[in-house]
Order: sequence, then structure tokens, then C-alpha cells
Amino acid sequence: MIPEIGHFALILALALAVCQGVLPMIGAQRNDSTMMSVGRNAAYGQFIFVAISFACLIVAFLQDDFSVLYVANHSQLALPTGYKVSAVWSAHEGSLLMWILILAAWTMAVARFSKSVPEKMIARVLSVLGLLSVGFMLFALLTSNPFERLIPAALDGGDLNPLLQDPGLAIHPPLLYIGYVGFSVAFAFAIAAMIGGDLHQQWAKWTRPWTTVAWLFLTIGIALGSWWAYYELGWGGWWFWDAVENASFMPWLIGTALIHSLAVTERRGLFTSWTLLLAITAFSLSLLGTFLVRSGIIVSVHAFATDPTRGFFILAFLAVVVIGALILYAWRAPALDSTAGFSPLSRETFLLLNNVLLVVATILVLMGTLSPLIVEMTTGGKISIGPPWFEVAFLVPMIPLIFLLGLGMHTAWRKQDKKRWYSVLRIPAIVAIIVGVLLPLMFYGRVSIMLAVGCVAGVWMVITSLIQPVRSWLRKEGTPAITRSALGMSIAHLGMAVFVIGVTIVSAFGVESDRGIRLGETIEVAGYEFTLTDVVKVEGPNYSALEALVDVRDGGEFITTMRPQKRQYMVQKSWMTEAAIYPKWNKDLFVALGDQLGDGAWSVRIQAKPMIRFIWLGAFIMALGGLVSVTDRRYREPVK
Amino acid sequence: MNRYLLPLLAVVIMIPILVMGLRSDPSELPSQYIGKPAPQFDLPTLKDATKRVSNADLSGQVSLVNIWATWCGGCRAEHPFLMQLSREQKIPIYAINWRDNRPGALAWLRELGDPYVASGFDEDGRVGIDWGVYGAPETFLVDADGHVMFRYPGPLNRAVWEREFEPRIAELSK
Repeated sequence: MIPEIGHFALILALALAVCQGVLPMIGAQRNDSTMMSVGRNAAYGQFIFVAISFACLIVAFLQDDFSVLYVANHSQLALPTGYKVSAVWSAHEGSLLMWILILAAWTMAVARFSKSVPEKMIARVLSVLGLLSVGFMLFALLTSNPFERLIPAALDGGDLNPLLQDPGLAIHPPLLYIGYVGFSVAFAFAIAAMIGGDLHQQWAKWTRPWTTVAWLFLTIGIALGSWWAYYELGWGGWWFWDAVENASFMPWLIGTALIHSLAVTERRGLFTSWTLLLAITAFSLSLLGTFLVRSGIIVSVHAFATDPTRGFFILAFLAVVVIGALILYAWRAPALDSTAGFSPLSRETFLLLNNVLLVVATILVLMGTLSPLIVEMTTGGKISIGPPWFEVAFLVPMIPLIFLLGLGMHTAWRKQDKKRWYSVLRIPAIVAIIVGVLLPLMFYGRVSIMLAVGCVAGVWMVITSLIQPVRSWLRKEGTPAITRSALGMSIAHLGMAVFVIGVTIVSAFGVESDRGIRLGETIEVAGYEFTLTDVVKVEGPNYSALEALVDVRDGGEFITTMRPQKRQYMVQKSWMTEAAIYPKWNKDLFVALGDQLGDGAWSVRIQAKPMIRFIWLGAFIMALGGLVSVTDRRYREPVK
Repeated sequence: MNRYLLPLLAVVIMIPILVMGLRSDPSELPSQYIGKPAPQFDLPTLKDATKRVSNADLSGQVSLVNIWATWCGGCRAEHPFLMQLSREQKIPIYAINWRDNRPGALAWLRELGDPYVASGFDEDGRVGIDWGVYGAPETFLVDADGHVMFRYPGPLNRAVWEREFEPRIAELSK
């Protein structure tokens, strides 16, 4: 019964989404307030029904209702309760429903928090969001119904993929989706502005906070995904340039460009058409990412099953949305562009460079991701691009970007006075070069070109990000404090600096060692002594495991006991490595247990990863910067 | 040409590529080597660079040739199944360690177990190109005369094994 309620609620939500998609748009064209006002109410209603539908699916999982096909495939009686909930979005059908729920939530938020936006504009925005919602609900109902019955019911389920039985992965997809889907708001505002055709720069002000919030969720989502890959996959790396990772990274790069370009459009009324294009692109790449992951055209070789119907549906939807948006763009954007100029040495120039470099980076990632497909079509297919290509190609736009970032922050709008610029930035530049070269020498005892480039860039970004906040903190009474918006920017750039330093140090000084170790034996890796004291059997709720007890000492002094496991999950019978990680702020120790070797020894992989925490810490600081900047006074609703 | 039309143009060009990508199910990509002698290869082995593994090792028995690399997620996914296969001793599994680095690959085998009779170390990916490898993992079924009988791109598991490989191996062993 409950699955049917869920299915029916989704159909009702679709009906409301159709009203929301059609009526306000017509109302806006005809100047009909009644029709326009449908938008808000339909948005609230739609959210309620989608939420009911989603709740029904959760209940089906909690009740172990194996007469529902999706539940039978992705859950199991012995699965811990928390994972029964997260199993809801562990595969295609449920994650699509979650996507729809998040879109409905964003729509409701737009309906609620945009009282200061003109009625016509908001009617069009809600209408676009409604139409997107219609597309996704049809996708779910026609090709991927999560409530499909399995008759006769299964006695027990096929279990959740053991890789996904992890708290990091339980919260990673929702955060990522909040980010992905959030770009639909920027997209809807852009479309509405183009249809209206009369708002040259106000739309940028309304769009900015939404975009920043979407971006900050995406940032956290990607960082969590990377963290999960690090500790759960046990590869000891943090980014693999996998097609699925790239699918989330491309919208992030364009979203970052969009945030910067929106700043120019809001402040100076420039780059309007370019910003519109980025808003369209960011969401299109979110859709493309969905397509790549769902259709399996690229990953199919590696993991997912191919389902052509789903692929065709999402591709058709992608084509309609993107082509429609770009036709509108070609038609309406020229009129929105302003011809105001700016001097070559101005913040506009730096933001333009930022955009160009980020777009180049996105194109490189896109090419790398799609190239197996393109090459296969043209020559019959003999290549595959691995991480080495990405690692080199991606640095080309990134290195200038991280240096220019510090310059751009201290350059004025319109025109920057050269002398003042030199006097502010000369000392930070010198300090950055000296400290950036000395730091690795002092702490790690060597330096190389890439290491120096990374550390100098990192220090340079730290100093240039801190100048403004520190000045504001030390300012005389009566002078204006730094705005939240500028403070947010400084924090986000500081996050970037932390990230770059982390990446640089861990790539240069990470140690990996694979050894055989006997009971009672001590081996030394990266200056630490590791002693295998015991290997014991451990029983988990739905797995049994072998656990090694490894004592770690530093110069004879006991630090900790690490407990890496090898788990065998009961239903799927697969072995999983559960690495033990001993985290410190400046270094991770990592032990993974391998097979038993012939001579009674166990193979272990031991790693010491200095500064690896900085990579995710940096990402979180960036997200925090985004959060601070959206609290800026000028985005707040006028008090009535 | 109106510059505002360029993005539209780019997308219109890209969509057919995606459509064609969708059509070509990689598991149905015909390998031009099916039924033909396996492409020549002669590689140093992963464990000992002074020893070699080549076509000669494949003859005389039905065998698998598995293409893998440490940077490939699917390879990690199929590895436990390969370990099971090797424990069951149904078929010798040879491997081509493709575009990888030796210490990393050796570490992988130590950590996860080594299901292979021998792994050829194809550092620059040349043999992979000769074999028409589309991506890792990929598995070839080679008969006793050294002819490629079947090719499966993607991770192996019990279901794939029972569906695709067992009937073919039964056929070959008749």
C-alpha cells in the first residue's frame, strides 16, 4: 500500500509541476497576476507531494518491503538501519527521486525567499523550474519507477553494495545533488531574464546568492566524495580523474567561473551575455554529468549497467533544455550586453582571465572525459586517457590561475593605479617567494621546481587573502569595515591556498610502502615503527572481518594501535579492505591489510601522507567563504 | 557568423556524438581479432623484468588474458572474483598490466592477492593498442591454438562468468 501512495504522490506532484510550469509563464506574458500567483502555491504543493513520495520509499526500505523491486535489489534484512535509509539513494531510481526532491526544495526556497524580486520575473523563474521538474518526474515515472513491484516478493534483498556502506557515502550524494540541482536556479533566473529582456544587471544580484549556495554545497559534496575515495577505497589517493568524478567537477569549475563573472555583471553591468552563458552552461554540465553517469556510455566499461532507454530519455531532455536555452540566448542576449569599457589594469581584466582559465580547464576535463568516445568514433577506438594526462593538462590553466588570484583581489574596479598596486603587493610577493621556498626546505629538507611553485603560490594566496581582513580588523574607529561579501571572498581564497599547499606537499612527500609483516615483527616506514601484534576475527552486523592490530611507535614512544580490517560481506560475498587511518593535522598514517602471504606473513600497505587533511580542509574553507559572502547585507530581504 | 550562435553550434555538434556513444554498447564492440590468432606480444613479466611472457605461454590450453591497471576502479571491483577463479583452478589467467607503474602494480598484487599465472608489464600501452583494448578492465578468452574466442570489456563477476564464459569454455573443451 505504502509504495502505491508514494507512486501516486509523485504523479500528483507532476500534475502540480505542469501547472507551475505553464500558468505563471502565460500570466507573465499577459500581465495576469492571478495566473502568476499560481507559481508560488504550486511550488509549495509540489514539494509536499514529492516529500510524501520520498518518505514512502524510505518507509519501504525501513520495513524491508522486498515486494518492491528497488528495495529487494539494494537492501537486506541485516543491513544496519542507517544504511537502509541511505540505500534509498544508492542507485539510479532512488537517487533520481532524491534529485526531484531537491529540485522541489530549491524551488520552494526560491518561492519563499524572493519577495523583493518583481512579480513577473519570479513567475518566469518558477515556471522554468516547474518545467525542469516536469522533465525529471516524467523521467522517473516513465523509465525508472522506484516503486515498481516484485511479485512474488523476495525473501531477502540483494544487499547494498558494501563500498557504499559508509557514513561518508551516505551523505555525499545528497550534498552533491544539492549543488548540482542548485545550478538550476541560476539557470532559471538566466532564462527568465532573457525572456523578460529588460533587466540588464539586477538579475545578477538576485542570482548571486543562489549560485553561491549551490556552489558551496557542490564544493562540500565533491570534497566528501574525495575523502571517501581516500579512506574507503584504500588507494591512498584523493582524486582519480574518473568519469564520474569529472562529471561533478566540470559544473564546479564553471560554477566557480559563474560566481566570479556574476560579480562583474552585478557591480559593473559588464559581461552580461557571458554570465548568462555560464549560467546555462553550469546547469547543462550538471545535466551532462547526470547523462554520463546514468546512461553508462562512458563508465559502462567500468562499472554500471547500460540502459539505452534511460540514456535516450535524459539525452533528449538535455537536448531540449540546452538547445532551447541557447536559441533563446542567441536571440535575446545581444540586446543585454553593455558596451562600457574598462582599463587593462582593472579587476574586470583579472576576472575575465579567471573565467578564461576556468573555462579552459573545464574544456580540458571535458575533452579528457569524452575523448575515448570521440576517438572510438573516428578511428575505431584504441585509446584511453588515464590520470597522467589530466594531471599534466590540468596544471596548465591552474598555475596561472592561482597566481593571478592574489593580484586580482587587490585590483580596483574600472582602473587600478599602478603605483599603489606595486606598493601593496611588492612585499607579499617577496615574502611569498622566500617563505614558499624555505618552508619545504625547513620542514622536509628538500625543494624542487613544482614544489616551490606550489608552496610559493600557496603562501602568496594566504598573504593576499589576509591583507583585507587584517586591515579591517586593525582599522581606526569610524572607518568602514570589510563587507561580508569581501570577507567571504578572502576566506574562500584562503581555502584555495590551503588546498594548494596540501596538494603540493602530499604529492611531493607522501610515502607509500608495501611490505610483508609477521606476527610480532616491526617494520619502519617514514620514520615510524609499525609492529603487528595480533590478527583477530571480528563479527560485524552483516560482515565478518579479520582485524590486524598494529602498534605504532615514533622513536620508541607508543602512539596508537591501528586496526585495519579485511571484511567479507555475507550477502555479496565480496572482500573489502577497511583501511585504518591515524589522522593528525599535519600527517595521516594509513595501514591497509592485504592477503596472508605464504610464509605466515601478512601483506600490508603503509602510507604516510603529510598535509593530506589540508586538501579537504581547504575545500571546506572555500565553502565557508561562500557561506559568509551570502550573508552580505545587500542580499537580505528588505524589512517590511 | 554571429558569436552568440557559437554555443548553440557547439552543442548541436556534440549531441550526435553522445547519441552515437549511446548506440555503441561497448560490450558489443566487435573485436577484429575474434576467431583470429591473438596479436603478438612479448613482454617482461611484472614480477621479474628478466623473464618474459608471450604468445607461446598461451598455447596448449584455453586461457584468459586479463587487462588491468592499478588506476582502474573496475579492476579492483573484479579482483576478488579473479582470486576465486584462480582458487577454483578452472582456467589459467594471464594478465597484461597496462600503462601502469611496476611498484604500484606489485603492491596491488601483494595486497589483494595474485590470481595470475603471469602478468606482462605493458608500461607504454603498446601491447594494449595491438590487442585493441578499449579500457581496463577487459578480458579475452583465448583457445588452445592461441585464437581469440571472446572479449569482455568491464569487470568480471560470477553472473557474467556463468553467462558469457562458461558456455564458451564448455564448447571449446569438447
